[in-house]
Amino acid sequence: MSTTDILTRMETDAAENGYYLCPDKELLDDLIDGLSTNEERYGYGSCPCRVAVGSKTYDGDIICPCEYRDADVDEFGMCFCALFVSKEMMDDPSRMSSIPERRPPEVQKAAMEYDGAMEESKIPMHQLKDDIISVKDRKNSIPVWRCEVCGYLCAREYPPPICPICKAKAERFQQFSFG
Amino acid sequence: MNCMKNVPGKNCGHHVAIYTLSTCGWCKKLKRLLKALDIEYEYVDVDLLPKSEKEKIMKEAGKHNPRESFPTLVVDHGKEVIVGFKKDRIREVLL
Ligand code: SF4
Repeated sequence: MSTTDILTRMETDAAENGYYLCPDKELLDDLIDGLSTNEERYGYGSCPCRVAVGSKTYDGDIICPCEYRDADVDEFGMCFCALFVSKEMMDDPSRMSSIPERRPPEVQKAAMEYDGAMEESKIPMHQLKDDIISVKDRKNSIPVWRCEVCGYLCAREYPPPICPICKAKAERFQQFSFG
Repeated sequence: MNCMKNVPGKNCGHHVAIYTLSTCGWCKKLKRLLKALDIEYEYVDVDLLPKSEKEKIMKEAGKHNPRESFPTLVVDHGKEVIVGFKKDRIREVLL
């Protein structure tokens, strides 16, 4: 996929989710180039600022937009790479700077072990796969939010800035509980 | 480490090593800043290494930054470690 196509895709994704693309033009270009390189190298757009191992199972959580984006934009006003930023950050880009890594270390470690194992055939793959699934299952006390306008549901720490389906504002979301 | 590449600079009061990815935006910013400040440094783009070396270097980087995130800047073999692109801190420590 060309860099123009990737940029368009990310622009659309940002608009749908109430985010903005990086206001620092040089950084934005570098990130889009990085995504394009990764897409060519691994067959999918793995996060340009994280180490990938080339397996969709192990890199799945860091395929852009990654699983950590929403929580990072909520907390820091931008994702780890700064490709996606909040409205507030867009209005005052001087606040932009590196944020801490949210990807759990045990997830990255399992991926790196898989990478090493592939090289030396040390560990059977199904065994590693079970490991990573249990690691991922552990972080499961995230609240669920419901868009009062269209019924869209999402699990994240705070409601999204806008509903990706009907564009209702964050205020229209209510915390949802089952049963 | 032998896979480190050297970038010469006039300011070489400290030994500066950075762990980077060739695709990462903050890493590129860091390289540009060091260049602009004319600081001598060595770097390794971890994503471009063969698998066996990658694992070794990740472990080495992990000693300085347990989260193994990029970029990681190591001053004087570990006297100071700066994780991420932190302009002001870099100037403070290196100039
Ligand atoms: S940190 Fe940002 S650029 Fe990187 S994968 Fe996540 S959303 Fe994409």
